[in-house]
Amino acid sequence: MKKLWIWLPLALFLAFIGLFASGLFQPDDRIIHSRLVGQPLPAFTLPAGASDRPALVSADLATGRPRLLNIFASWCVPCAAEAPQLMALKQAGVEIDAIAIRDARPDVDAFLKRYGNPYARIGLDARSGVQIALGSSGVPETFVIDGKGRIAYQHIGDIRADDVPMILDRLRDAQ
Amino acid sequence: MRLFPALLLALVAVPLAAQTALPPAPWADRQIPDERQERKAKALMETIRCLTCQSQSIADSGASMAGDMRSQIRERIMAGEQPEAIRSWLISRYGDWVSYEPTAAPILWPLWAAPLLLLGLGLMLLRGRIKRRKRP
Repeated sequence: MKKLWIWLPLALFLAFIGLFASGLFQPDDRIIHSRLVGQPLPAFTLPAGASDRPALVSADLATGRPRLLNIFASWCVPCAAEAPQLMALKQAGVEIDAIAIRDARPDVDAFLKRYGNPYARIGLDARSGVQIALGSSGVPETFVIDGKGRIAYQHIGDIRADDVPMILDRLRDAQ
Repeated sequence: MRLFPALLLALVAVPLAAQTALPPAPWADRQIPDERQERKAKALMETIRCLTCQSQSIADSGASMAGDMRSQIRERIMAGEQPEAIRSWLISRYGDWVSYEPTAAPILWPLWAAPLLLLGLGLMLLRGRIKRRKRP
């Protein structure tokens, strides 16, 4: 019995080495995923973010058909890079709504005039309140919302051209 | 020749346009008039991680999103919400990660138990020694 106890410190030491090594070799993940994926969208009401698009209410996103909710801002450079992919998704028949973060309507108008307007509705979230309620931590981000208004998937960062088929798959899965 | 200063101004103005043009949220950098409430809000802000600059608390960060979060926290405290309720609301959005204050999640139980266990072990060892010394 006593002999077994002698090995305990060494066993503990090795266990800690293993723990630290696994932590060291795990890639650093700085992406913050929303905990709301799989849950219903929080309720919100936002004023119109652009002069030629209606405002956005959370109920607008539970229409029986899956759709995209894009979080963007006119001052965000990757959002401009993402614009062609959103246009392509719209061309493929996807309905896209948007929330403009910390933005002003004239700036959003100018952004849409320059990069195209794939959105059906745009809400203006001037104080990031809805963004925080969604568990989103930056721009751009895109949520796939199923027909019942649940968040099915969160895409962090801009949608690249090779992400488009995956987004279409996610929308089909959310049906 | 008048074009030159205008061009220079445009060059300087471009980086400015890269950030949000909006002024900070109303309560981002303004204290709550009620001192007790402000202290509560400040204590909470110091333990909430900034999502933009991830190694800073929102109290220290100059990121616009951190300002929005500070403003939201102050507004909620003024509305009578408890700091811990706000913390758990944030955790339900961003995970335990957003809070610098360790929670009582099961994965942290060994962390809380370790000091007690070690103290108990030390006391047992000490008792054994004292007993052995008294005997002869």
